Amino acid sequence: MTELEQYAASIEELAKRLGLDYYNVDFEIAPASLMTEIAVYGLPVRMPHWSFGVRYIHQLVRQSMGHSKIFEVMFPGDPCRAFLMDGNSLAENTLVTAHVLGHADFSKNNQLFARFHEMAGGNIVEHAAAHAHRIQQAIDKVGMERVEAVLDAALALESHVDVDGELHRTRYPEFVPAKPQSAENAFQRRFRNLPGTAEAAKAEPGPVRAPVPPHPEFDLLWFIAHYAPELEQWERDIFLMVRSESLYFYPVFACQIMNEGWASYWHARLLREADFLPQNLYLSAIKAHSDVVRPYAAGQETALAINPYHLGFTLWEHIVDTLGLARAREVMREEDDFGFIRNFLDRELAEKLELFVYEASAGDEIKVANRDVNAVREAILAPKFNYGAPRVAVTEMHNDGGLVLVHEHKSDGRGLDVNRAKRVLEYTKRVWRRPVRLHTVSDRGEPAELTA
Amino acid sequence: MIRIAAETPWYDLFSRGARDWLRHNQKVREAVKNTLPEILSGEDLMTGSGKNRTVMVPVKFLEHSRFRLADPASQQGAGQGRGQPGDVLQPGREKGDAQSQSGGTENGEIRFVVEMKLEEIIDWIWEELKLPDLKPKRTATMDQPDYVREGWDRRGARSRLDRRRTLKEAVKRRSIQENPVPITNDDLRFRQLVKRATPSMNAAVIFALDVSGSMDEAQRRLAKQFFFFALQGIRRQYSKVDTVFLAHAAQAWEFDESQFFQASSSGGTVSSCAFQLALDVVKNRYDPSRFNLYFFYASDGENAAEDREPAAAALRLLAAQTNYSGYVETGGVATFRPRETQVAEVFNELKGSGLPVGMSQLSSQEDVWRAIREFFKETEKSD
Repeated sequence: MTELEQYAASIEELAKRLGLDYYNVDFEIAPASLMTEIAVYGLPVRMPHWSFGVRYIHQLVRQSMGHSKIFEVMFPGDPCRAFLMDGNSLAENTLVTAHVLGHADFSKNNQLFARFHEMAGGNIVEHAAAHAHRIQQAIDKVGMERVEAVLDAALALESHVDVDGELHRTRYPEFVPAKPQSAENAFQRRFRNLPGTAEAAKAEPGPVRAPVPPHPEFDLLWFIAHYAPELEQWERDIFLMVRSESLYFYPVFACQIMNEGWASYWHARLLREADFLPQNLYLSAIKAHSDVVRPYAAGQETALAINPYHLGFTLWEHIVDTLGLARAREVMREEDDFGFIRNFLDRELAEKLELFVYEASAGDEIKVANRDVNAVREAILAPKFNYGAPRVAVTEMHNDGGLVLVHEHKSDGRGLDVNRAKRVLEYTKRVWRRPVRLHTVSDRGEPAELTA
Repeated sequence: MIRIAAETPWYDLFSRGARDWLRHNQKVREAVKNTLPEILSGEDLMTGSGKNRTVMVPVKFLEHSRFRLADPASQQGAGQGRGQPGDVLQPGREKGDAQSQSGGTENGEIRFVVEMKLEEIIDWIWEELKLPDLKPKRTATMDQPDYVREGWDRRGARSRLDRRRTLKEAVKRRSIQENPVPITNDDLRFRQLVKRATPSMNAAVIFALDVSGSMDEAQRRLAKQFFFFALQGIRRQYSKVDTVFLAHAAQAWEFDESQFFQASSSGGTVSSCAFQLALDVVKNRYDPSRFNLYFFYASDGENAAEDREPAAAALRLLAAQTNYSGYVETGGVATFRPRETQVAEVFNELKGSGLPVGMSQLSSQEDVWRAIREFFKETEKSD
């Protein structure tokens, strides 16, 4: 048994005693190169696409500049899969083990995670690897170009899924029940009872074909997979794979502050109460803790971004201190970042944390704009609305198969970036194979229609 | 339950990130290839031609687009730290700075350069424009002697020993002999060389440029670009290419390449003197029977009226000796041209009489490509 395994076993015992409840965790020690890839792809083995290559280079550059170091990556599931970087010191790995237990507890109990777990089962890592394998088979069969065209479209629409919807969602009902005949009124009854030849009884109205889509459909991946006029089976497959991975990423996305905060809270607490750790190991572990959980980079006094570790950690400490652990666990189960920030980030905490809203104007000048807690909350949450994507829905499918998308610019506050939107429409058109158009508004708020 | 597995060794063997990065680069190269003409019409390429055999093409990363909201007038975000509302955290850039910054990396954007071989680019262009390969003159240029391998003999120089054939002979002999020796003198086979005349692969290109006052900077630049690509196309085909640069106004001079495009004069235009000088150069240095000659002339077409006859006569002589003579007429689109210019008329006449000449208009960057295509298509026909 290695030292790490001994500490891990003791930490686990402590964690169980403190009430953490999680599925088994499989740890693997991985080289830095794999850690980088996991950070880029989001999963240890995932489909190939050139856009990941771009992110990969960005990540390598960031790492070489020392901006980011990846200690661990953890994939919820049953068992959870965690990767530790092989360059970590023993102290760092001990800390990371405790941190991962926090994540494991969170992902078993939080309702968003639990819901996905229930729909998809607990081994998404294997699923994603199987997806990658199937896509490779498709590449071998139909060639890189065609598969890439489908992935271009599917990955561009990655966030456009219905996060409240089912993973396995059936098609719309094909027919809607005919409108019930309105009851006869007095006049019609008298008219019918008049003497003379009775009118032939009206034929029962047949079933009425439902319009597609019957309502604005925001789950674009699902819609294209099921209703694209000429999609081939392998293409549909790819869309549904991307969709299921996207649904898997959603809880991580929507609970980032809570989840990282929760894990940080627990690694700090577990280490604090771990009397079996040697002093110097504890010290270097706590040093690593304070490097991760801090509001801004060393030597600076402000940051133009919120560190989710620090914010979440502070909020959880506050909640446990004031409301007790039982209530904290309840919050952990029920909320996502929206509820968490809006309900528990109060004015005092915001002031203590020195949170502010900044404004960057056209001249690149950045100013502190506001310290009002409501504005701060909304600024923190703004990038998280609707999975971080504009609200775009399918509203209509023409008889010739043409697709009509509508951007709900009213709830988003402004129109779309035209050039990017056009390119997305081009990607989409290649799989939809019919004209695709999108309604949004221009900079001046006038209606604008983009076509591909 | 916690399980800790040891490192799996194969993780290091394959990098998905690198694979996708290579795919991205492949796409970038394709994209660059598709927009080559625009990239190359930049001036950077022209200077440093000849020696600098690679071109650095700056490219941005390809972006995989997604739906995104349009940039708002001012961006908001949450931050943390000291400071009161109204405090400036990061001063705006001075207006003057904008220019000095434009070359750098903005917003942390990473750019990279693709290094491409000039030859590779020229090959792409030829593919892209579907240009035919130039053919050496068939007539009178077969006197270039060359040794080629042909046949075998039992005697010869050591260095030409064909081991494979020699061993074959030895095997044949041994299979019918009793107690054979491994190799005998009779087994030896030597490659033989024969003298053959081959078409001459020497070429000489004469560029003539009108540098009179009526040719402005932009027109000269267009001519320069055209000359550059014409030269690249010819270099592509011939092993040895000589270049001659002539400039003329009312008089003609020979220049070397570096001075050629700087040359300017305020005099009037007498084209015939350039043609005459080209004739002299051909006579003294480039025997038409041994060289593939190409003559390119760029001008705005405004020649002195009284020079028409001498110019036509000189050009007729010159065109008869070249593989191909081309004329590019530069001039803005806005220029009002009621009729063909005099030089254009002369070239059209020659063309009518069946000489290998061609002409093209050059008024903007895109025209360079059209002109190159026209000329190289023409050369095929006139061949």
